Amino acid sequence: MTSDTDQQRRGPRPGTDVAPLPPRPDATAPDGIHPHGGGAPPYADPGDAAARPKHHGRGLRALRRPLGIGVVTLWLSVIVLLPLAALTVAAFDEGLAGFWEAVTAPAAVAALWVTVLVSAIVALVNAVVGTLVAWVLVRDEFRGKRFVNAVIDLPFALPTIVASIVLLSLYGPNSPIGVELNATRWGLVVALLFVTLPFVVRSVQPVLIEADHEVEEAAASLGASTWTTFRRIVLPTLAPAILSGTGLAFARAIGEYGSVVLIGGNIPRETQVASQYIQQQIEIDRPLNAAAVSVALLAIAFVTLLLLRVVSGRSQRREERDA
Amino acid sequence: MRVSRGIRLSLRVVALGYLFVLLAVPIGVILWRTFEPGLSEFLASISTPAARSALNLSLLIVAITVPVNVVFGVATALALVRGRFRGRGLLQAVVDLPFAVSPIVVGVALIMLWGAGGWFGALDQAGFQVIFGIPGMVLATIFVTLPFVVREVEPVLHEIGQEQEQAASTLGANGWQTFWRITLPAIRWGLTYGVVLTVARALGEFGAVIMVSSGFPGVSQTLTLLVHSRYIDDHNTYGAYAAATLLMGIALVVLLLMTVLDRKRSDR
Amino acid sequence: MRRPSIAIAAIAVTATLGLTACAGGGASDSTAAAGTAAAGGAATSTINLYAYAVPKVGFDVVIPTFQKTEAGRGVQFQQSYGASGDQSRKVAAGAEADFVNFSVEPDITRLVDAGLVDAGWNANAHKGIPFGSVVTIVVRKGNPKGIQDWDDLLKPGVEVVTPNPFSSGSAKWNLLAPYAAKSTGGADKAAGLAYVSALVKDHVKVQPKSGREATETFLQGSGDVLLSYENEALFIEKNGDPVEHVTPPTTFKIENPAAVLKGSTNLAKATAFNEYLYTPEAQKLLAEAGFRPVDETVAAEYASKFPDPTKLWTIADLGGWKTVDSTLFKKDVGDIAKIYDQATQ
Repeated sequence: MTSDTDQQRRGPRPGTDVAPLPPRPDATAPDGIHPHGGGAPPYADPGDAAARPKHHGRGLRALRRPLGIGVVTLWLSVIVLLPLAALTVAAFDEGLAGFWEAVTAPAAVAALWVTVLVSAIVALVNAVVGTLVAWVLVRDEFRGKRFVNAVIDLPFALPTIVASIVLLSLYGPNSPIGVELNATRWGLVVALLFVTLPFVVRSVQPVLIEADHEVEEAAASLGASTWTTFRRIVLPTLAPAILSGTGLAFARAIGEYGSVVLIGGNIPRETQVASQYIQQQIEIDRPLNAAAVSVALLAIAFVTLLLLRVVSGRSQRREERDA
Repeated sequence: MRVSRGIRLSLRVVALGYLFVLLAVPIGVILWRTFEPGLSEFLASISTPAARSALNLSLLIVAITVPVNVVFGVATALALVRGRFRGRGLLQAVVDLPFAVSPIVVGVALIMLWGAGGWFGALDQAGFQVIFGIPGMVLATIFVTLPFVVREVEPVLHEIGQEQEQAASTLGANGWQTFWRITLPAIRWGLTYGVVLTVARALGEFGAVIMVSSGFPGVSQTLTLLVHSRYIDDHNTYGAYAAATLLMGIALVVLLLMTVLDRKRSDR
Repeated sequence: MRRPSIAIAAIAVTATLGLTACAGGGASDSTAAAGTAAAGGAATSTINLYAYAVPKVGFDVVIPTFQKTEAGRGVQFQQSYGASGDQSRKVAAGAEADFVNFSVEPDITRLVDAGLVDAGWNANAHKGIPFGSVVTIVVRKGNPKGIQDWDDLLKPGVEVVTPNPFSSGSAKWNLLAPYAAKSTGGADKAAGLAYVSALVKDHVKVQPKSGREATETFLQGSGDVLLSYENEALFIEKNGDPVEHVTPPTTFKIENPAAVLKGSTNLAKATAFNEYLYTPEAQKLLAEAGFRPVDETVAAEYASKFPDPTKLWTIADLGGWKTVDSTLFKKDVGDIAKIYDQATQ
């Protein structure tokens, strides 16, 4: 997940918007083109194929040939696509009606609803507090800031089951501070806040570093209050980053399992999240239900990420136009 | 944005307070509970035969996953950046898929494909057991860690462009030499960062692995499964704390590496 | 420096770590047993044991003594515990097992049907049941809700923790106990089902997958009452958890079957282990661990530890597992299965 955040750090992912070209099995095809405008102009005229030595970049070029691409595609298919295909087929084993019945069983709907509700709360809290933490880490100065900055990544490095145990030791039974959150929705919220902490922070931080101080100063000198400056100048700049961090946090939260398994309580209709429901259906030997709800959960995650990409693509284009 | 001292301080207090309650206090409590009975107790708890086997298995899975991910990850990144073919956008999306899939769903999907009643169930009947065996756990781990190397290497490849590679081949280097001498050194920090993320996730994966493991202590129990099984099956809360602390120690090392590497990478 | 030395070093380090890391693991997760495992000499064979969620405490004591016997010398054990039905399905789906011990007989019948266990597995004097227990009611320390009998569970506001009968064997026993009590051994089926229905609909909120997870859920603060095995109640009481148990005057006899897989690569050793469980020595150890022994002499010896309820219904009274499973628990058709589905779907 970190890498997605890193993508934000380094700017939007390049290349995805380039229209795919037909494959070029021809070895003399111009491959010196920089489709992504890597900065400097190419040294060689891309069309001047004859000027290049015959043995040019064979190892690398293998990956441009159907064979190399075929291997990569085959690999991705076996590891990622085939299992998901098998899952989808299993979900529709008894036709669309069977799928629909499994997904709309009251317990399944309740689990999905709990998942989405809790994830939405978590995403919102992250949007606010994550931005605040990022702001403090960028604009404030205090001792130990670098340490705090490094600690933000801890939830990414920490196994989720450890996160669960860690939170349970504090907020579970025999809580040393007398707060027992296990088997409540608040327990779920805390667990998910823990594992999703870095998303918004890490997505807002770089934007805040690069944000133009002068505009803010100008606004302030024109008499704008702190709040107005924040609302009119800072927030619009940060909005895409906040949105993307929030979206990633939401996507992560709806699929989360390890961190909620011990603290969540797994109470149907109250704290059972979709991933727990799916596991339960496997355990009680109802693979169809498990597969169907899995597909529903996948669909929710996809729609979230798709919306995210559309929105970020739009704001990116707007930025480019403004520039 | 000029912020008054009062607001600045209160924002700082809120942010640090949040991190304190969410991260610092729980971790402090578990460390305290782990080391309260003494260091020897902790060491005894993490060196039972089952715990050692669990560590071994976790490392074995890492040892298989990392090289596989490095080879296929770099190849995929190269294909995505340098290749121009129909359906590349689709391939991009496939690489991101594992981020969007719940670990439990990964487990279910693998069961549907490799399980006794699944598409490749014949393998199972032929005696090659994937689900409830180590291959299943490795497959699950590769699934969830697949994007890391690709996504860390890809932007670096974009950035460096192809000039140097072309220069090298103009000077007579063959494909492998170019890759080995030019491309690999250029992507080394990105690649290493991807490897660190892969290691962290592989060691920490729980949901996908628990679905496909037979859960034998000493055989098919990873460290994360050990934490869970100690807590639930053995009613051994202390043991679970101790194993969790061990995992946390590993995570801290990973975190340190991440911080160092991140600096290196941005220095480049 | 144009060599990718760091990346390669990192890969090399992880690879070597993985291959050479601290050798000498094992299946035992006991801090004390670390020495004895090695003392047993070179392992000659390994028995894969699949069992339901709670008998680990029992096997933890009988396995070391079995390893001291002639037949058990050098035998290593790999143990897997979980929800009875789930474990049984895993074995049926191909998980490698030599010896199985489930909560309920149908979970072994499943393996018989799959051709994995010999049909004559229950031909011995004790019908393949090495130990058992009774269904009991676990309450919080001091019994704040004053629970004494099955009717008390239906008092308003009482929340009951019992596992999911589709995965757990414990859950089936837990529901059969009041069912038998209310239906007078199945004679008045409607009364029994009415009770179960009221219990499941209004008082059962959580559905842990196994007896052990139910215990954990209860100990973490959910519910007022936990239905469980007597041995599990004794175990957690001994552990110092703030609970106590009440065995209702009319309850149910739990019989936990064990069997050897006929395709086992260690058939002789697995059979020896299965037979060992019925020896007086093993029976005493199991009784110490809280399980009701089946050996009559040993049972008499421990009679004070395991008080007889006023009336103890058995699965035979209800017509045997075959009947009970198909009429009560079978997915989509069994009466209790339907009650559960209605309450949980």
